Amino acid sequence: MKTILTALCLLVASGSLMAGSKVIATGGATNIEGNSGGGIVPWATINGYSSSDEWSVNAFAARVGVDDFTLDSYGVGASFNNQWELSFARQKLELDTIGGELRQDILGIKYKVAGELLYTAMPQISLGLQLKKNRDFALPAAVGAGDDSGYEFYIAATKVFFDAVAGRNLLLNATVRSTDAHQTGLLGFGGQGLGRKLMFESSAVLLLNYNLAVGTEFKQKPNQLDFADEQHWRDLFAAWFINKNASVVLGYVDLGDIAGLTEQTGFYLSVEGTW
Amino acid sequence: MVKYLLLIATLILTACQQKPEISLYQRLGAETGVEKIVDGVLYGIEHDQSIVQHFADTDIPRFRRLLIEQFCELSGGPCKYTGVSMQESHTGFQITQAHFDALVNHLITAMQQQNVAIEAQNEFLAMLAPMYKDVVYR
Repeated sequence: MKTILTALCLLVASGSLMAGSKVIATGGATNIEGNSGGGIVPWATINGYSSSDEWSVNAFAARVGVDDFTLDSYGVGASFNNQWELSFARQKLELDTIGGELRQDILGIKYKVAGELLYTAMPQISLGLQLKKNRDFALPAAVGAGDDSGYEFYIAATKVFFDAVAGRNLLLNATVRSTDAHQTGLLGFGGQGLGRKLMFESSAVLLLNYNLAVGTEFKQKPNQLDFADEQHWRDLFAAWFINKNASVVLGYVDLGDIAGLTEQTGFYLSVEGTW
Repeated sequence: MVKYLLLIATLILTACQQKPEISLYQRLGAETGVEKIVDGVLYGIEHDQSIVQHFADTDIPRFRRLLIEQFCELSGGPCKYTGVSMQESHTGFQITQAHFDALVNHLITAMQQQNVAIEAQNEFLAMLAPMYKDVVYR
C-alpha cells in the first residue's frame, strides 16, 4: 500500500513528461490483469496515449482488499500505433484467513481490429489473448484444477458516447471471454471433465469531465470447481486521470463467495503511470 | 382542494420557469466566444511541431475566417460556412489519427481556456467527431 502511494506521489511530482497524442482518459485505466480497461474488465481501448505511429509504455500497481483476501497486482505494458498492446502482470492473492498465498503471472496481447473509441459510429473493437501461469499450484490441484497454466481469448467492444447523460460523455463496454480459469486462474485451470466457458463482462463509465470518471463493472464468472462456489464480480469506482502521466482509481468491489468464505466485499485501489 | 390548486399552480409555475433553450452557439460565447476558441486552436497549431507543417502553405486569415464560419454555423449561429467540404479540404494531406488527436486536444484546451461549460464542450465535440472519417487518411 505504501509502495502504491509513493509511486503515485512520484508520478504526480514528475509533471507532464513525454506522452502521446491521444485525448486524456482514452487509454482507460489498467485492470488487475494488466491490460487497458476498468478495474476488473478488459476494454477494447489500447493502454497509454500512443496515437498513430506513436509508442507508449505504462506501469501499474493495484490492491484489492476484501474480508478474507488481499490481491496485489503489478505490471508493465507497452503500446504502439493505438493498435497493439503488450502487457505483463504479476498477481499475489493473500489468503488472510485460510493462510498461504496464490500467485500467478499474466502475459497479455491485445489488437485493435476496428472502430475508433471517440470518432466512429462503430465501437472500437479489439481482440485479446492472455497466457496465465500459476506460481503456486498445490492448493489449486488439491481443489480440483487440472492445469497450472491456461489461456483466455476475449473480444471487447468499447465506445464513448458524447453528451449522453446530463451533458456528460458515457463510455460503454462489453467483453466476451473464453476461459477455463477458476477464480481468474488463481485457483488453476481446467480439470477432470471441465471445459472452456464463454463469459460476459461489461462496464459503464460516466466521464464527469476530462479528468474524473465514475463507473461500474460486472464480470461473469464460471463456477466449475465442486469444492466451493465461485460467484460473479461487481465493482463501483471513481477514476482520476491527473494528467497524461498519472491516474488513480478507487473503488468498491463485491467478489461474492471465494473458496467457501462468503460475501467478500471491500476496496480497490490502483495507480498507473503512462509515458 | 386548496392544497390541490396550490400543487397544480406550483407545477405550472415550475414548468414555465424552464429556461428557454439556449443555443450551443450562445453557450460557446457567441461571436466573441467562437472567435476566441478559433484563435486558441490556431495558437495550439502554431506551437505544435507535429502538425504545424500541414499549414505551411495555408492562408491563415482565410483559414481563420472559414473556421469561425464553420464553428458558428455548426453550433447554430447566424453564419454560413463558405468553404469546401471537409473531405475536399483534407484530401492529399496525409492526415493521420495522431494529427487529428492533436487538433482535438487543441480545441479542448481552447474551450477550457474560454471556460465553456463541459456540457457545451461535449455537445460540440459530438458534432465534430464524425468528421474524422472525412479528414483522416484521405
